Amino acid sequence: MARDVAIIGIGCTPFGEFWDRSFRDIFVEAGVAAIEDAGVQGEEIDELFVGNMSAGRFVEQEHISSLIADYAGLASLHTPSTRVEAACASGGLALRMGVLAIASGHADIVVTAGVEKMTDVSAQAATDMLTAAADREWEGFAGATFPGLYAMIARRHIHEYGTTSEQLASVAVKNHHNATMNPKAQYRNELTVEAVLRSTMIADPLHILDCSPLTDGSATVVLAPAETARKYTDTPIYIKASAQASDTISLHDRADITTLDATVSAASRAYAMAGMTPADIDFVEVHDCFTIAEICAIEDLGFFEKGTGGKVTEEGITAIDGDLPVNPSGGLKACGHPVGATGIKQVVEIAQQLRGEAGKRQVTGEVGMAHNVGGSGGTAVVHILTR
Amino acid sequence: MSVPRFWRHISSRYNLIGTRCNTCGEYYFPPRTMCPNCRRDGSIEEYQFKGYGEVVTYTIIHTASEGFDMQTPYPLAIIQLDEDPRMTGQVVCDNDEIAIGMRVKPIFRKLGEDGAAGIIYYGTKFIPA
Repeated sequence: MARDVAIIGIGCTPFGEFWDRSFRDIFVEAGVAAIEDAGVQGEEIDELFVGNMSAGRFVEQEHISSLIADYAGLASLHTPSTRVEAACASGGLALRMGVLAIASGHADIVVTAGVEKMTDVSAQAATDMLTAAADREWEGFAGATFPGLYAMIARRHIHEYGTTSEQLASVAVKNHHNATMNPKAQYRNELTVEAVLRSTMIADPLHILDCSPLTDGSATVVLAPAETARKYTDTPIYIKASAQASDTISLHDRADITTLDATVSAASRAYAMAGMTPADIDFVEVHDCFTIAEICAIEDLGFFEKGTGGKVTEEGITAIDGDLPVNPSGGLKACGHPVGATGIKQVVEIAQQLRGEAGKRQVTGEVGMAHNVGGSGGTAVVHILTR
Repeated sequence: MSVPRFWRHISSRYNLIGTRCNTCGEYYFPPRTMCPNCRRDGSIEEYQFKGYGEVVTYTIIHTASEGFDMQTPYPLAIIQLDEDPRMTGQVVCDNDEIAIGMRVKPIFRKLGEDGAAGIIYYGTKFIPA
């Protein structure tokens, strides 16, 4: 990168269903926490980037860039504020825009945030809104749902590699276990494979406990140039790579149904940028919107051979005390998935881990990766972070 | 879906009118006006797909979007058409009958309706061939 970038502040709300809290309440809470953590003043903030998928449909509010700057108390400073959107990858994309703004030399202090308030509408309405991340004309209108698309990835993975429903369930079991140690997680209960397999079928072979939930939440990360980061914090977290890739919006147009080529491409760009290989990564937060999505992610990011993701999960290799801890936060499955906030929350988790502030779920390692996906794989964003 | 939004794609939805690039010979359904192989050097014309193909992958939808909830549980599949492109569509068969590799052919069916007073949407589904 033209200029290296560091994280100097992090903040995150609890994730859950908050009937008593509004869209603006939650982004202010996460933003204030991150700005306090960074110790910066409003006057120092050069740019705001906020990731959000669908405030227009979830809370009937567009133009949230202005709303956020306003309710963050920055209106009188007229701080530039920009919303970015790539469905469930909106948060990761917001972070990348912030990194680019600093790397280019255009800005010094940048606040990047993600926010989604999903529970002000019914679950069925929210499900329909999420279907907008797929191709509405040629997937949604044919009767596809978002879980249905991932179910078709799972069905093909089962067909080609012999992956089992038990292996899919073991992703949920692992991530729920990790979330029991995360006080901000939406679901902090242990699960069993049997409970996942007994739960309601949503889109065969995915049960409801194979799916991430509808969640309210917000997360914020404050960025600064690496060379001045120590002015603000004793524990800067350095962004070694920030990479993004796109692919066909429709699942049916992918070269291979079980491979997210956007993930493969973003990861290979990120490894090149950081001068690293998959073996250098100590732990990873991946986009487990469904259990099959985590299995594909750990394969497509280059950690495990294609087709073996289910097996390694069942064997405990990706457990919090395994060789490669995957989703120590509990992931989207158990920590929750406020779609626009997820990409930022993943990076908050990695920063906490690298700072040694992750409490009972602390993992050991120097290098963490965040992997954020939009839709069924139309966008992927990968970040690599170090102490 | 609004009336014009549905109406403008009626030929594709009813009769599987897609496109084909004369430069590289690739077929496209859903239709594309820009050939991803040839981009500005492409030469796109309409092509009517026969609608025969096979199931690449499938699911049984138990929880559907608005407008489809009366049909659950229903099989949904990605179909590889014989001309090569793949599309997403419902397969009209028993839920335990559908399988990867199953040959299918097109059938004209009601897809849904826009409430009790709105328009009825028709389009292409598939049945075992």
